[in-house]
Formats: sequence, C-alpha cells, structure tokens
Amino acid sequence: MSHESYPTDRKNWNSILEVDSLSVTYETPTGGVQALRDVSLSLETGETVGIVGESGSGKSTLALSLLQYLDDNGQVTNGSIQFKDREIQNLPKVELQNLRGKQIAHVPQDPNTSLNPSLCVGEQISETIREHEDVTNQEARERMHEILKTVRIGDPEYNAERYPHELSGGMQQRVLIAMALSCNPELLILDEPTTGLDVTTQAKILDLIQELKDSFDTAIILITHDLSVIAETCDRVTILYAGEVMEQGPVTEIFNNPANPYTQGLLAAIPRVKEDRKLNPIPGKIPDLTEISDGCIFAERCEFSERDCKSGEITTEVVDERTNHQTRCRRWSDAIEDPIEPDIEPDRSSASTSSEELLKAEDVKKYFGENSFFDQIFGGEPPVKAVDGVDLTVNKGETLGLVGESGCGKSTLGSTLLKLLDITDGEITFNGENINSLDSSGLQEFRSNAQIVFQNPHSSLNPRKRVGNQLKRPLKLLTDSNNDERHERMSELLDQVGLDSNYASRYPHELSGGEKQRVAIARAFAAQPAFIVLDEPVSSLDVSVQATILNLLSMLREEYNSSYLFISHDLSVVKHISDRIAVMYLGEIVEVGSQKSIFEPPYHPYTRALLSANPDLDPNRESDRVQLEGNVPSPRDPPSGCPFHTRCPQYMGAKCEHQEPELKTIETDDGDTHQIACHLDEEELADEISR
Amino acid sequence: MATEKQNSTTVPTGDTLVDRLKVLIHSVLSNRRCAVGLTLLTPIVILTVLAPIIAPYNPTETHMGAQLASPGGKFLLGTDHLGRDLFSRVLYGGRSSLLLGVTSTGLAMSMGVPIGVFSGYIGGRVDELIMRLMDTLMSIPSLLLALLIVAMMGPGLFNAVIAIATVYTPRIARVVRSSTLSVKQEEFIRAAEARGESRLYICFREILPNISSPVIVEGSIRVGFAILTGASLSFLGLGTQPPTPDWGYMISTAYDHLWSTIWYWLWPSVWLGATILGFNLLGDGLRDVLDPRVEESKVM
Amino acid sequence: MHVSNRYLAKRLVYIILNLILISIIVFGITTVLPGNAAETILGRYATPEKVSTLERELGLDQPIYIQYIDWLSSFLTGSWGTSFQHNRPVFDLIVTRGARSLYLAVITLATITSISIPLGIIAAVYHDSKIDFGITGVSYLGISVPEFVTGTGLLVVFAGPVFGVFPAGGYTSISDGGIRQWLSHIVLPVTTLTILSIAHLMRLTRTEMVDILKSDYIRTARLKGLDEKTVVLKHAVRNGLMPTVTLLAMSLGSLMGGIVVVEEVFAYPGLGRLIVDSVTHRDVPVLQASILLVAFVYTFANLAADIVYTYLNPRISYGGSAR
Repeated sequence: MSHESYPTDRKNWNSILEVDSLSVTYETPTGGVQALRDVSLSLETGETVGIVGESGSGKSTLALSLLQYLDDNGQVTNGSIQFKDREIQNLPKVELQNLRGKQIAHVPQDPNTSLNPSLCVGEQISETIREHEDVTNQEARERMHEILKTVRIGDPEYNAERYPHELSGGMQQRVLIAMALSCNPELLILDEPTTGLDVTTQAKILDLIQELKDSFDTAIILITHDLSVIAETCDRVTILYAGEVMEQGPVTEIFNNPANPYTQGLLAAIPRVKEDRKLNPIPGKIPDLTEISDGCIFAERCEFSERDCKSGEITTEVVDERTNHQTRCRRWSDAIEDPIEPDIEPDRSSASTSSEELLKAEDVKKYFGENSFFDQIFGGEPPVKAVDGVDLTVNKGETLGLVGESGCGKSTLGSTLLKLLDITDGEITFNGENINSLDSSGLQEFRSNAQIVFQNPHSSLNPRKRVGNQLKRPLKLLTDSNNDERHERMSELLDQVGLDSNYASRYPHELSGGEKQRVAIARAFAAQPAFIVLDEPVSSLDVSVQATILNLLSMLREEYNSSYLFISHDLSVVKHISDRIAVMYLGEIVEVGSQKSIFEPPYHPYTRALLSANPDLDPNRESDRVQLEGNVPSPRDPPSGCPFHTRCPQYMGAKCEHQEPELKTIETDDGDTHQIACHLDEEELADEISR
Repeated sequence: MATEKQNSTTVPTGDTLVDRLKVLIHSVLSNRRCAVGLTLLTPIVILTVLAPIIAPYNPTETHMGAQLASPGGKFLLGTDHLGRDLFSRVLYGGRSSLLLGVTSTGLAMSMGVPIGVFSGYIGGRVDELIMRLMDTLMSIPSLLLALLIVAMMGPGLFNAVIAIATVYTPRIARVVRSSTLSVKQEEFIRAAEARGESRLYICFREILPNISSPVIVEGSIRVGFAILTGASLSFLGLGTQPPTPDWGYMISTAYDHLWSTIWYWLWPSVWLGATILGFNLLGDGLRDVLDPRVEESKVM
Repeated sequence: MHVSNRYLAKRLVYIILNLILISIIVFGITTVLPGNAAETILGRYATPEKVSTLERELGLDQPIYIQYIDWLSSFLTGSWGTSFQHNRPVFDLIVTRGARSLYLAVITLATITSISIPLGIIAAVYHDSKIDFGITGVSYLGISVPEFVTGTGLLVVFAGPVFGVFPAGGYTSISDGGIRQWLSHIVLPVTTLTILSIAHLMRLTRTEMVDILKSDYIRTARLKGLDEKTVVLKHAVRNGLMPTVTLLAMSLGSLMGGIVVVEEVFAYPGLGRLIVDSVTHRDVPVLQASILLVAFVYTFANLAADIVYTYLNPRISYGGSAR
C-alpha cells in the first residue's frame, strides 16, 4: 500500500459520493433513537474508505442509508446524500433500482443467509447482469463465469451450478462479492465482509479485496468493527461513535497519530500479537441515543474532557489540512501532546504458576452422533469426531490458551474436561482423581472446583432471575453456607467484578453485554473454583469492553490463584492472557508450548498459517500470507495420517498421509516446554514467517 | 379501543413484578388483536357467569303456545321449538362451552407441558420414543379421535372434556418441546449443569419460566379450538346432553326448524362464533406481545 | 435433489411402526373403554347367557393381545368384519362411502390451494396494509366460525325457499343423475369445507412469506436492483411455497374432521356420516376400520408431502435423520 505518497500521485480525483450532515432517527416505542447525527463523508473514485465503530455506532445504518434501504421505522431527518453530484434521496422507484446493483453495490454481512438457498449461485449473479444490462442469456452467463474467476472461484462452470449450502462460508462470500462486482459498480459497500469467517478465510477475502482494488476502479466503503481489517485494506478511515464521526483521515495518520481521545482509547484497548502490553479499557458505556445531551457525546468517558466539553456544539476541527485529517474534539491538541498509550506489561513470568498438575487429559475423545434406533439398524452415518485423542495438562495457577478455528473441537474439549459432556474415550484426572469415577459427593466437590464462563453474555444468564439470586444459587448448591453468608459472599463477588451492590436486585435485561459477562464471571467464581474454562469469553464483546473483561480476568486470577483454560479463536487475545498455548486442528492438538515459543519459530505449519493470517494493526505492513488451500475436512471423516495433510503447504507425501505424527518435544534455550506434532524436522519448521 | 401501532418488541420489563405486570397489561391492551378479543370475550364471560342472575327464565322451562317465537316482546331473543326462552338458553349454553374449553385445555396443558419440557430437555432415545407416540396420536385427525373416545366412553360433557384433552395433549407437548429445545441451547442451562443442578430443577425452574410466553399463547389459542371441537361434538349429539343447554346442540336442533325461523339458529351461532373468534384474536395478540419470534402454530 | 433409498426405507419403517401404533390405539380405545360389543349387538336386555355365547363367538373371551393379533391379521387380509348396523361387509361399505368423501376432499384441496396460497402471498406482500388487514380479518371469521354454522348458513341462503338454487342435501351419483345433479349436491359441502380450510392455509402461507420477505437474501435481491415483482415471484415465492406442500398435507387432517361434520349437515352419505352413525350405534367394526383408514391416508399424505418437499428443496439432501 502506498499511503506515503497520498494524495499526489493518485489518478484524477473525482468526488463520487458526498454525504453531508446526515442524520437518521428510528422511531421506537420508547422514543426516537438518533442513530446518526451530522455525519459527513466524501469518497472519490478508486478510493477505499473504512468506517469503523463499535456496536451502536450507527455504521450499518450509514450503509443502509447510502442504499436508501432503511427499516420502515427509520427516517433521514436531515442532510443530503449526493452520488455523482446527484441527490439520491427520494429517487423514483425505477431510478433507485437502476442505481442499486448497477452503480452502488452492496456486500452484506452474513454470507450464509444472504444468498437465496433455492437458486444456484450462478443464476443469482447472472440475473443481476441481465437486470441491468442489455445482454443475452448466453452473454450474461459468460460474464458470470468470468467474474467468478475474478473472485478466485475455481472451475466456474461447475461451481455456478451449486446451491449456496453446498459452498463454504468463504466461497459464499466470494459469490456475494462477485455478484456486487458483476455490473462494474462505481461504489462498492462492504458491510462487515469478514465478520463470522475464520481467520484463515478472512485473510483470503482481505487479499481478494486488495486485488480487486487494483484491478477495478471502484470506490469502496468498508464497514467493520475490526480496526485491523481497516489497517490492512483502507486508504482513509472514518471513526464512528454513538452516531457521530469522531475522527477521519488517512489510515496511517489515524493509526499513528490519532487526534481524538476515542480513537486513542480504541487503539489502546486492543491486544496485539507483536508486543506484550497492558490493556487500557475505555471506562463507562455508550450513551442512550434517545436523549442526546449537549456537548461532546464522548465527554462522559473521556479522560481529557473538561467542563466546556459538556456544553455547546462540538464542531469538526481540522488537524492537518494537507491530508484532510479531521477530528471532532476540542482537546485534540492535548490528546496529541499526551496520548493515551498502554504501558508495557511487566513480564508475567511464571511467578504465580507452579508445575504442580491440576488437570490432566489423556487421549481424550469425544464423538457425537447418537444414532437413533433405526439409524443403527440401517447403518447410520459415522460419528462426528469433535475431539479425537487429546493430551493436555493444566498446572496450578496457570492459564492455558486453546486456539483454533471454528469447528476444530475446542469448545467441545472444554465442556468434556468439565464433564458437561460424557467422554467417549480417554481419561481426565483432576487433582489426581479420575473425574469419571466420582461418586455424587465427589462430583459436587468437582463442580465447585471446576467452573465455566461462556461466550454469549446475553444467553448465559437466566432472563427470569435476579442477578443476586443467580449468584447465590451456586453458593447454596456447592458450598456449606447459610443465607447471610451467601448474601455477604454475593456482595463481595459483585464488588470484585466491579459492579455496584444494587445490581443484585436487577434482572439481566437491565444490564449491558459487558455487565452481564461480569456477572457470569462472578457466578463462575462463586464457590472459589481452582479451575475455570473460559469459552470465548470476550468474542462477542466490543473491543473497549473486551479490554475491561480481560483485565478483570487477570485480576481475579491473581486474587484466587485459579487456573484457566482460555478458549478463543483470536490469537492476539490468547497471547495476551495465556502462560502456555495449545493449537487445535480438527479435534487434535497440533502444537503446544509456552506463550513465547508458539509465536516464535519453529512453527507447526498450521500455526504458521494462523499467525500469518492474523490481521495486524500496522497499516504499513506488507502482506504476504501463507494461503491455505481447500476447506477444513469433515470431522465425520477426518483425513488419515496427519489431520492437516490435505491443506498443508509443507506436505511431504506418503508419510504425512499414512502416519499420524506424535507430539514431539522441541528443545528450547530457556527450558520452555514446546511440542509440535509434525513429521517435518525442526529445521524445516523453523523458517521465519515472511511479513 | 387502542389504535396505537402494534408494537413488535418483546415485553419491556420493569423492576418489580408489579411493574412488569403493569407494562404487560399495558402492551396487551394496546395490541389491537388482544383488545378486540377482550372486547368480545369480556361481555360473553360476564353474561355467562352471571346467567342465573340475568336470565329471565329457567332455560329448561317450556312455554306452550310460544314455540319458535320471534325476538321481542316477552322473549328477548325469541323461543325454540319447545317454547324455551332463547336468551336464557344462550346464556346458560355458554357455561358448558366455556367450562369445556377451559377445563379440557387445562387438563391437556397439565399433561402436555411436562411431557414437552421433559422430553425436549432429556433428548436422545427417551425424547424419540415420546415424540413418536405423540406423532402417532396426532396422525388421527383431532375430531375423529375425539369422536372415537366419546363413542366408546359414552356421550356427555365430562367425557367430551377427557376426549378433547387427550386429543390436544400431544399437540401442546410438541409446541412446548420445540420451545424447550431453543431454551436448552442457552448458555445459562449449561451453566446450571456445570454447577450440578438436578434435571428436575433445570426443567421446571430454569426452562419453564422462560417458555411461559409460548405456553400462555398456546393455551389461549387452544381454548378456542377446544370450544370449537366441543361444539362440534355437541352438534353431532355426543357432547353435552339435553336438556342442559349447549350452543352446539342448540344449533343442531335449530337445523330441523331452519325454514320456520332463522332466530333459533342465529343466536347460538353468533355467540359461539364470537367466543371462538375472541379466543383466537386474544391468543394471536398475546403471541405478538409476548413472543413475537414464535411463528404461527403449524400444528392444527 | 437426490432422495436416497436409505432415507425412503427408513421413512417406511417409521410409517409401518406408526401404523402399528395407530392400530393399537384404535383397538385399545374400542376394546378397553366401557361399552361391550356383545351387549351392543344384542341390546341392553339380553340375558347374560346369550351375551357370553356371543362373546365366545366373537373371540372376546380371549386374552387381549390374542384378540388384537386376530383383529389385525383379519384386517390385513381384507376381512374387515360385518357392520352391526347395516349388516353388510364393512369393506364394501367403506369403499362406497369413502369414494364419495374422496370427491369432497379432492375438490376442496384443489380449491383451497388455488385460492389460499395467492391470498397468503398477497397479504404478506402488502404486510400491515389495508389489504392485509382485510384478508387476515376475513380469515379470522373462517377459522372461528364452526363448519356446521357456515354449512347451515349456506343452506339457509342457497337452498332455502327464497333463493333455492341447490338441493338442501343428499347425494346423486353421476351414473344415476348425470354430472349436473352430482355437482349440485357437491357445491355447498365443498364451499363449506373451503371456507373452513382456506383460512388455515392462507394464514400459514402468509406467516411463511412474511418471514421470508424479511430475510437477508431478499434484501440482497432488492439491493442488487431487481424489481419487486422478480423479488417476490422468483426469490420469495419459491422458498415460501416449499413448506406449503407439507402444510397442505397437514391441513388434510382438519379437512377430514370437517368432512365428518359437513356430511352430517348436508346429509351427504359419505364416510364421515358413516362414522357418526357408527358412533351413535356403536358399530365397532365400522369405526375401527374407518378410523384406521383415515389415519392411513393421513400418514401417507404426509409421507408424500415430505418426499415432494425434499425434491423441491435443494437444502435437504437426504441420507440423514428423519427429523
């Protein structure tokens, strides 16, 4: 990318989209939600602009208003949207149809539900071409095959005849991109194009977008919650918060010299693979958009704010005329002077961890597919081998990170270790006792010692019970306590997770996502467990909240000296919190070692692919990724030999195909344990990741 | 009647039970379908319950010489072929219909709800077995199964209640089970398992409160269906037995006098139709208010 | 889509099991519940000796499972017994009567399909508008007014002394009275049944279509600039109609119940009327056979719908579980 030379050597700059002072309100039974306020944006031919914001920032509303497709209760209350110098609001129906798909194309968020399930994907593309252009069916089909090739779908003739459900998520997203590009639009809106995709798939889609930027002359708006996606693909970025543009400018400028406290806060809250540092969460929560108070919308949460920030109208100020860097902040020069920056984290050397084993899993297998009676008579399908022979130890006081892409069996492993699922084969010992042979009191003891926190805070609390009662219930069940003691402990727990004691009488729906997750954590800690499985505990949270929760988890770990099994698909998060990390692929552990050793060579080929696919916050990084071919094989019928051999870039032939590699120990200088399951020798595993 | 735009959000809930109840009542009343349904049902229920006070005549008292009288005069709605006061009979007739609707639904719920929750939560073979059995019961059309049961037990209100409850139990169990399956996916259920709660506690303390909305909706729609089935049985002479007044039975006797007077047929028909309509509207409206996600019941 | 033989075989096994269960239920209800066959035949005042002789003749003194097996095997071999009431072989009786009811069912199904599905689609497309309101409102009446009320109402209007275009009831076969006569006896029952079932199917179609019109792929279709007609007819209806096939088979259940009542109203000598007569006269062999028959038809209609559904729906490629 060439941000440096901005803007002199670019092609002739033509403004293609001008959004001026746009405001959108949704009518709801509880009042009007002012989803967008005074949003201005401009876009020129060939330019890629990222729009980034947390949930509730109004980024999707912005995308939909550009397409004139707001929900029935949404209304533009002010402002103009000019596409090629023409106002597109209130266009007649026919003209709007000609605009959509032909001139402004949209790639939706969820590829799985966004394609018509009962039409072949090829037809869904060619009908767009036929609708907008004067072509014969044959011509449309040829164009469709061509465009499928452009988005790197192999064998277009074959794949065009597939139904959406026959394609993988990544392929579906390519089809949607192909559909959007099919009529050479002048503006392409990508709405969270990689959210929900695995990191290796995401990497491929991002590379594709990068390629398309070069080969098409389309202006692109990329909407995302993920700053690293912006860093990888965009020229300029617009930061949205609570319906207002906080800052906009070139990506390099914004990422390197943010001139808005909110942007600075966001950047400081994100864990990074490259450096160990403390996370700085943004305090407070997003304001209620039904009542907008005077002054800066961010003032309540801002550490630079002063009294005058809370009154009057905050206007956009220019930081740098040359690069068109703007910020909506009165204190931006203070913020640049003394930016919010996270401290480098003191090395969490295994001070608190011991080498005493707490939990040990040996050759654990968990197969799904309880066939019905008749399936057995008729020979049912083979079972899903979700976990297929895992050895794992968790030491006292240690945090073991477990990473892998969706479907690799990491959550199943977590639940199996807690005996939430019946084990198919293998042995799990906890504190030296086999958890499968526990009697009922032993099981109760185990339950009080081993707990779990789930991913989705909105589903992890019973909506019909008060927070306080939900915290007291495990105490009643698992500890020997009377009512007063339980009440006291409940208040203590609330306090420890940073919630006021009046939360005890609230119902879950009155809490924000982050607050619910705190309650879920408090509930897990209630009986002072020695071991907690954290199953993607921050994956559905915004980054600023994510940082709060990660810090809380670290704090509680010190407080209780508990061990964690931290399950996540996010390498940066896992790196941030873990002492040791295990990498899982298709039901098996392919690499395990200290946090440091995983991120340094030698690498398992799969770990290497994961690391190189992990998007980076550094906009200057040259991307040269390891591309994984094909899809993850079905766990019903995993490959013979090494489970990764079907996709491995370093595949060696028969040996990989027929012989299953054992975890072998790699010698390290500082005595860290590091094991890799691969037939390659250490030297071949040791190549640096080219970046 | 409220004319507010039908709200499509989930019930907003307040701090205390009383608050929540207030909000609930407000959203029920501001839902158009609920409001119409209640407008129909309230007077019918009141009149029916107060029948002994309001009715001008004993419903079984015959008036010689005043057979098949038209409305007006001595008899507000006219008389039947035996000279009995139609107004009184319609009022009393509602009692057996409502009683049958409410008790048979109640009975069916008290069997169907536990079966559905338990079967859905336990899953596996047990679930498969129970649901096979329910499917089998459902593969006999409901009116025919009710007919068969009544035929064998003998006609009468009580037997009709048993028959209708038997017919509706599997249908309720199916609906409850499918709600249970979706709540079962929620993480708070797994959290309860992780702290070692018993199955019984999870079924009835964790799951049941969270499916109360679809259960209430199902119940109120079922009452309408039950009244309809009961009236059909009575029409065929297998429900409430004469001389006890009953709408279905009245319509069936009025059938023989259609060409002499229309009123005899009209009044019970209107009351019966209005009652069933009321419960249908109320049920659908409650669905909008309580549980907008659940689609219309596909099990008839 | 390919429907594997394994799937079909599995479905067949389920169905056979289902049918066996139904036969047990029907047999159970007719045998265990109070009411004694011998007493019914001989009348209430028969001497105990006569009753026990007849019981022996009928095999009623055997253990219950032997009775069941005897009953089932004779049923499967086509000897369905003799009607107490009509003193005719049950098989003949049911075939003649069943055919007449079949006419009603088939014609009604054809009418409701061609009316209610378009209505449901229209109501969904104009969701929350006056048109939707009107269609849904009328459908409430269809659902709430019992068929014996609708039927009687139609009689009053169209067969009464004032405006009597149709006969008030009865039946004439085509061979006896020609097609006009035959039709004139069928119009009112079919209309009544249509009014009853149209609302069910229309509402279900509407619900399905409303959901689909809110779906992501419809948004995709609109945002690529397709006109609304293509969006609805090509993208939405295709997906919306697939479940309707299953729904049609299911509405057969309420239709069969409706037929019983409607035949009673219009004195139409079909299977429904036969069932009601047998109930009042406790003609157990007829009851057992006719209810079993209805359940069989219903079960196979559902199987057929399932198979059609799997052919229509590319998402399901069978081989997997039946659920």
